[in-house]
Amino acid sequence: MTDNGRPSAALNALQARAQLNRQIRDFMQQRGILEVETPALSQSGNTDPYIDSFSVHTRSGTRYLHTSPEYPMKRLLAAGSGDIYQLCKVWREEENGAQHNSEFSMLEYYRVGFSERRLMQEVAELLTLLLPNITIPPSYRSYQACFLETLALDPHNVSIAALQRCAAAHQIEVSGELDRQGWLDLLFTHVIEATFDPHRLSFIYHYPAEQAALAQVISQEGVAVAQRFEVYCGALELGNGYQELTDAARSAERLQQDAAQRLNQGLAPIPADLRFLAAMQAGLPRSAGIALGLDRLLLCQSGQSTLKRVISFAWELA
Amino acid sequence: MATYNTNEFRSGLKLMIDGDPYTIVDNEFVKPGKGQAFNRARVRNLKTGRTVEKTWKSGESVEAADVMDRDMEYLYSDGEFWHFMLTDGSFEQFAAPETAMTEAVKWLKGNEVCLVTLWNDAPLTVTPPNFVELQITETDPGVKGDTASGGTKPATLETGTVIKVPLYMDENEIVKIDTRNGEYVSRVKS
Repeated sequence: MTDNGRPSAALNALQARAQLNRQIRDFMQQRGILEVETPALSQSGNTDPYIDSFSVHTRSGTRYLHTSPEYPMKRLLAAGSGDIYQLCKVWREEENGAQHNSEFSMLEYYRVGFSERRLMQEVAELLTLLLPNITIPPSYRSYQACFLETLALDPHNVSIAALQRCAAAHQIEVSGELDRQGWLDLLFTHVIEATFDPHRLSFIYHYPAEQAALAQVISQEGVAVAQRFEVYCGALELGNGYQELTDAARSAERLQQDAAQRLNQGLAPIPADLRFLAAMQAGLPRSAGIALGLDRLLLCQSGQSTLKRVISFAWELA
Repeated sequence: MATYNTNEFRSGLKLMIDGDPYTIVDNEFVKPGKGQAFNRARVRNLKTGRTVEKTWKSGESVEAADVMDRDMEYLYSDGEFWHFMLTDGSFEQFAAPETAMTEAVKWLKGNEVCLVTLWNDAPLTVTPPNFVELQITETDPGVKGDTASGGTKPATLETGTVIKVPLYMDENEIVKIDTRNGEYVSRVKS
């Protein structure tokens, strides 16, 4: 052991985190948003085929560590909680690197009656408060506009062959079979993100419908798009927000599609959260919500290049 | 065939790519908010020394290169091959071709312990010790007392390599050199 048990973050990074949490709680309190806690270990897990949950074997069966508190928080919303937020640790297996730590801190919050656009504006206010180094107003662009402006490709109407040619033209050599969305993900992460202004927040909205997760899908000029947005600080993704899907039948369909895709990709099946689906049936109020990665926020604030410097004991030291 | 999963990627891991052995220089896990994750790595071709960027879909398996780093003592050169012996007491010898030697030939006179990278049991690259001590065989006469001006002059070493040394150095003196940048480090008192 070469670390002698010492933390990976300096004392000032721990102080910055404490202050960040205080600022968030103040912000939420001023707006009358209620702080809540929900279980971290549940009998059901996230079905998203691109997110791996840790499972814990207990004497009464398998439990899953939450990858975000989305399901139980929506159960609270359906039970009439009104606006709520949560600051919590979440876990995602096999996500480690300079910008990933398998255990990380999340702010998740929901605004009842909000539109996606109104939530984006409130998130911009919150982030401007938390990131004093960002002084220019944020940019708002659709997923399609990003592709058109950077690569002259329409993501909603482009062939795999054209995406492959575009990747090759950008000297991206990739191993492994990718589907159409995989190629879009590749170009977005390898080329488009790098063009984001490093001193500015960028909001990207209207993702392809197949990436809707539990966001509402609408038709935009004849194309189905998800009312889902992501917010970036420079090229670093900070959060993922939805105009929440309120249709119970569609929610159940999405979880079934996830299950089918997991099966197709040879991934372990994850039991869908039936209590969440029951709450959806009882009725989720029209709302918008977002999950923000707090460790990455601290990374932007401090100008450090790896999460290790803002997490007291990074994954390999934990 | 041994393989690595992308989640095992780290600097120094040796992979086979298009039939050549590569080492990972650095690796970044990249993932959009929703969707496919990737491992974006810079990899160096161990045969050519060229570094390129490659991306893998996360979760893919990649063939491992049968590459090992071993400590070996440099024995002698027969003009065609450079001969090395394992320092583990086995006395096993390996012959490295010129392509494996590259820069290392500039610093070796004999008995140095080098890091020899073996690929399928044949030397692929030879890395000399970080520091070597060699005698100056030819240089202009030393300028007495000039230890402060910072001026340098060329000096030929016993291996035939020419480096820059401070003005006060003389022939037959021994110098310590950093082989990673080929620079003079200090005078070695004999």
